[in-house]
Amino acid sequence: MELTREQQDILNGSQGEVMAKVMKSLVMYGETFGADKLVPVTSEYGHTVISFGIGVMKPVYDLYDQLISAGALSKQKFSADPLPLDKKVPSSLLQDIIFKGIMYSQQGRYEKQLEKLGIMSPDAYTCACYLDEVGNKPKKGDILSWAESSAVVYANSVLGARCNRNSGMLELMGSIVGYAPHFGLLTDDGRRADWIVEVKTTKKPEAQLLGSAIGMKVMEQVPYIKGLDKWLGTELTDEACAYLKDFGAATASNGAVGLYHVENLTPEAVESGESLIREGAPVYVVDDAELERVKDSYPVVWKDLNAEPTLCFIGCPHLTLAQLKSWTGRVSAALNAKGLKKVSVPTVMTAAPATIKKFKETPEYEQLMSTGVILSYICPLMYMNNPLSGKMPVITCSNKLRTYTTARYYTGDEILGQITGGAK
Amino acid sequence: MAKVFKGRPVVAGSCTAPALVSHGGFNTLASFQMAMMFGDKKVKCGDQNNADLYKKPMKGTALCLPQTIGSTTGGMVLYTACATNNQPACMLFSKTIDSLAASGAILAEVWTDASMPVVDELGDEFLDYMKDGMTVTVSPDGTVTVEE
Repeated sequence: MELTREQQDILNGSQGEVMAKVMKSLVMYGETFGADKLVPVTSEYGHTVISFGIGVMKPVYDLYDQLISAGALSKQKFSADPLPLDKKVPSSLLQDIIFKGIMYSQQGRYEKQLEKLGIMSPDAYTCACYLDEVGNKPKKGDILSWAESSAVVYANSVLGARCNRNSGMLELMGSIVGYAPHFGLLTDDGRRADWIVEVKTTKKPEAQLLGSAIGMKVMEQVPYIKGLDKWLGTELTDEACAYLKDFGAATASNGAVGLYHVENLTPEAVESGESLIREGAPVYVVDDAELERVKDSYPVVWKDLNAEPTLCFIGCPHLTLAQLKSWTGRVSAALNAKGLKKVSVPTVMTAAPATIKKFKETPEYEQLMSTGVILSYICPLMYMNNPLSGKMPVITCSNKLRTYTTARYYTGDEILGQITGGAK
Repeated sequence: MAKVFKGRPVVAGSCTAPALVSHGGFNTLASFQMAMMFGDKKVKCGDQNNADLYKKPMKGTALCLPQTIGSTTGGMVLYTACATNNQPACMLFSKTIDSLAASGAILAEVWTDASMPVVDELGDEFLDYMKDGMTVTVSPDGTVTVEE
């Protein structure tokens, strides 16, 4: 890899031993993937996937102390993934003891570290940092040093920014030195499509299921998706963006997708069309039967498969404002139709702190509260990491949450039926 | 009879260890998180979606895999495993290493004293050949010698 004089000097220790190690980490990372150079990070803000102070990951926070002590702080402000604790989310006394006393024993320490390193604001904790109300929305062509699989795939695919699927820690190091290795999804060639996916369903496919199917098939490669514009249209409306957010999160967690193109919809597909597709790209056809096959393949690890759910999470990744309003309407209508006032399963909807603030200004907020739904900024995945939570029969319409925890997956319509007193 | 495979050393080093084989993508977060959280000394795999590895001890093994998949916390999870001496003896990738696994391995190499050689691009034949328990010896130049 060719380094500039300034980069080589940092690597040689001109800014101290710690900055040299930061630079060495990025150079080794780039060289592993054939990067030809380090390019400047051009986005206004960064995003870190690490929002949690987990006791067993103390080595990570010890390393961050080294950075802070050496003055190796981020050159750009950044947002972070959702916080792991919120007292509004139902938990037992024992769960609280495990959450606060054991699991997240480093949380206070880590949040203070983030303040020193450069977090945007106390409200900047969300996996959906790119939403308008949060304010970390990169421009097309921006070079990012982000981590958080769902945010990276959204920024690449829907916004046309350029970011590799970086790891936690290394993304912050990119923000500290202000450079990212030039390879993979930062290059034109790395953004070409390796797969053609033909969507041939008879109705709009469930975003979380379609994303799961494609992720499992293409793994880390780039799919070019045909036939989805039939259901989403050709404009990136709020509804289409919310769909793509959930779809992308499933591709990234059920596989390792960092970029997808949707024909006639996402920016690079609109600009370049099928010329993005590599010669000889294999074709994967997704129809109703394929989605059913994928859904049926999910293992259910509940001890009692017939257990009544005791908690429901909706919003992984965090819900958009439009999704919150939509869910409010759907839950209210379903309850009214059944002559009920409150949801029958404790239900937590999660969204960014800034989205929640905005939602509270709308009439739907009081409407949602009247149904008994709990609104939280928490990360459901972090909640489910508690072993006591893991034993609970928790349901979700998030395929990411299903993948990483014991939560059981249902489609959005099935979830609605369950939480409003319907049959399973 | 030993069989020899040649790959690319991502983190050069040497070791000998029993093989543990994942034919599907290795989800780092899902595999490590429960074991690390509750101090499982054998570091048993917690990924319910990985039928090859679920509940099998990973610490000290020659972990053979195609690539890692899943959350971008994967690198810090791998770094933490190394910093707390809970890492596999080595990681052997049949494909080109993915960015998350590379990050974790590189962070461990630069910022810790742990040793975890990493070799990639060993080829599909390598993963087809490997079975749990085979004895694997890794050399710094990326040569992997396997004995049944």
